[in-house]
Amino acid sequence: MATPTLPAELSDATSDERSLRRFLHGLPGVDQVGVEQRAASLGTRSIKKGAKLQAIDTAISMVDLTTLEGADTHGKVRALAAKARRPDPERPDTPRVAAVCVYPDLVATAVESLAGTDIGVASVATAFPSGRSSREVKLADVALAVRSGATEVDMVIDRGAFLEGRYGRVFDEIQAVKAACGDAHLKVILETGELATYDNVRRASWLALLAGGDFIKTSTGKVSPAATLPVTHVMLQAVRDWYTATGELRGVKPAGGIRTTKDAIRYLVAVHEVAGPDWLTPSLFRFGASSLLNDLLLQRRTQLDGHYSGPDYVTVD
Amino acid sequence: MSTWEYAPAPESREIANLKPSYRPFIGGEFVDGSGEPLKSVNPATEEVLAEVGTASASDVDAAVKAARKAYDKTWRRMPGTERAKYLFRIARLIQERSRELAVLETLDNGKPIKESRDADVPTAAAHFFYHAGWADKLEYAGFGPDPQPLGVAGQIIPWNFPLLMLAWKIAPALATGNTVVLKPAETTPLTALVFAEICQQADLPPGVVNIVPGAGDIGAELVNHAGIDKIAFTGSTDVGKLIQRSVAGTPKRLTLELGGKAANVVFDDAPLDQAVEGIVNGIFYNQGHVCCAGSRLLAQESVVDELLEKLRYRVSTLRLGDPLDKNTDIGAINSAEQLTKIRELTESGVAEGAERWTSPCPLPERGFFFAPTVFSNVEQSMRIAREEIFGPVLSVLTFRTPAEAVAKANNTPYGLSAGIWTEKGSRILWMANRLRAGVVWANTFNRFDPTAPFGGYQESGFGREGGRTGLEGYLDV
Repeated sequence: MATPTLPAELSDATSDERSLRRFLHGLPGVDQVGVEQRAASLGTRSIKKGAKLQAIDTAISMVDLTTLEGADTHGKVRALAAKARRPDPERPDTPRVAAVCVYPDLVATAVESLAGTDIGVASVATAFPSGRSSREVKLADVALAVRSGATEVDMVIDRGAFLEGRYGRVFDEIQAVKAACGDAHLKVILETGELATYDNVRRASWLALLAGGDFIKTSTGKVSPAATLPVTHVMLQAVRDWYTATGELRGVKPAGGIRTTKDAIRYLVAVHEVAGPDWLTPSLFRFGASSLLNDLLLQRRTQLDGHYSGPDYVTVD
Repeated sequence: MSTWEYAPAPESREIANLKPSYRPFIGGEFVDGSGEPLKSVNPATEEVLAEVGTASASDVDAAVKAARKAYDKTWRRMPGTERAKYLFRIARLIQERSRELAVLETLDNGKPIKESRDADVPTAAAHFFYHAGWADKLEYAGFGPDPQPLGVAGQIIPWNFPLLMLAWKIAPALATGNTVVLKPAETTPLTALVFAEICQQADLPPGVVNIVPGAGDIGAELVNHAGIDKIAFTGSTDVGKLIQRSVAGTPKRLTLELGGKAANVVFDDAPLDQAVEGIVNGIFYNQGHVCCAGSRLLAQESVVDELLEKLRYRVSTLRLGDPLDKNTDIGAINSAEQLTKIRELTESGVAEGAERWTSPCPLPERGFFFAPTVFSNVEQSMRIAREEIFGPVLSVLTFRTPAEAVAKANNTPYGLSAGIWTEKGSRILWMANRLRAGVVWANTFNRFDPTAPFGGYQESGFGREGGRTGLEGYLDV
């Protein structure tokens, strides 16, 4: 069930398990030393003054404000939603975040709390974070999220099947989830920390794009390492290559471990220079994060006020 | 976001501690040279940075005599452990003054501050640290039980890596017990003269290091001086040939590190995105003013279109402009003369029928700048495939088989470096055994380390610098 708009060589790639395998293994390799060197060197860009403020505002608007704990409560989700609507209550011109990201059973609460805004409600699903359950359970999980009003679904791929080389199984599952999403946007979590090699990250990225994922996402945040700059480089390159091949823009979401404004700006520089300026929008790039937002708010105030204000001046939610 | 322009992020030029005038350094003192003073120009703005006193023939003679005296009286007699202390001290002082040296280098040379800050200066310090370690271990270096220094070394360095080339020359010479008279390039003498201050700070015995700024005539004086035991030259092949003629029939030792026209060979199974990075780094690093630059891209025909598409996009993201800006990737061409040469060769490429693509990046109104340029459909017979351009201009040729890649890569009078891009390890080894180049990089390019010997084949010169092998050029073996 390949997307009809795909060029022939891409739709052929998904015609059967063997073609898919041949296609993924035919992708150019990723040289570890090279990609890490490039990521480190782009990491030295110096973003100052107006460019910095613009980056901070953009980063805020790209945050998927996330809580994914066993201890999550309705109260916690309501607090998060309030934060999403007004990240900095004393500065109403602060951009809103892109979405709030919760477990499926809390989606209804998030939807209710965000009613009347354009802030998305993202739900993890498919037996997040391990993905170790039956197809039925995973799809039921997605159905719960969508039925409750989630506008975005963050699924996890079956890393076990991927590492076994059963790419067709992973592909079919992504397609099935995509179908179950309906109008909801699908973000496909690769869990790059478990894929281990950059070659695997590239293959999994293409697999998710071929299967119809709107976004490719690095991590669940439950596995270390979570998002890293070089991994995000490989994924940004994949969406750029996808665009070159198909003319379609797909998004990237690094998640986990991005805590400071400095980190966020390094990611934006990578988006800007690896994928291209077109990707500098919340519809094509997101940060999966929780503590990042407060640092962005603090740095935003520092830029506007000319001095640092301290952690007690932003809300702890 | 609409468009995201990086705000200017210039490093402060105050850090360079620029002085109105600089003077030659002879016998441990800064002296008024009796040559005609030269003006060092910032190639990014065309403004005069400082006046630099130059040496005359008599100053060269004084410098060689000072070096000889220091050699006989102190340096050659000093135990290696003591020489090492001076070298370690110099290395630490380079680190302490690294920001000053980096900004000054960028002002004088035009290279981006991120390169002088992250590569030139730290690698220069690394060369002194590395060679300091050898000073008391020379009897274990494999050159016999008691290897002896040569005497006074005359060293002539180019303008592309002024401080780094100085370190490549002075560190091994001093570690092995030689004293030196060094002539920096006419257009980039400033960091060498700050290095002279560092020698004073380090209490280096007078005369061990002498710096004589000047043009080619002063280089010739140095080469022809009877008191010199060894000449080490890095620069153009033409001048290298002149030097070799001059020292023929004399007892002077000679090492030459000359031009190059390196091939970067990309196979169809290469990690393409990193190959693109390596190609960009190979030819656009330091505006292509690199003797080992990967100026010929040899791409396998089955992958050339995809590679070129990726390459052009990547090159269009390179940021050209103020070298002091921390976000600048491509700085200024070092001199008007070099810019003219690059333009002339580029025009010859167009005239000979190659397809020119130039990055659409805007050029500053003042200063010597040249936008990164990629020529495709280049044939072996064209000048841009054979002559060293020494600028940000890449010539793309194609090949069909590994044997053809080797034949084309080796089809040059030069032989300094080469790059191989493939995921297949056995092919890397097969290629490396057949490429006539002093350095062969695999899945990377332009990586330097003091422990790795560097040098060329044929018209790229002879002798090695760096590593254990590099010590041989300064020992009587």
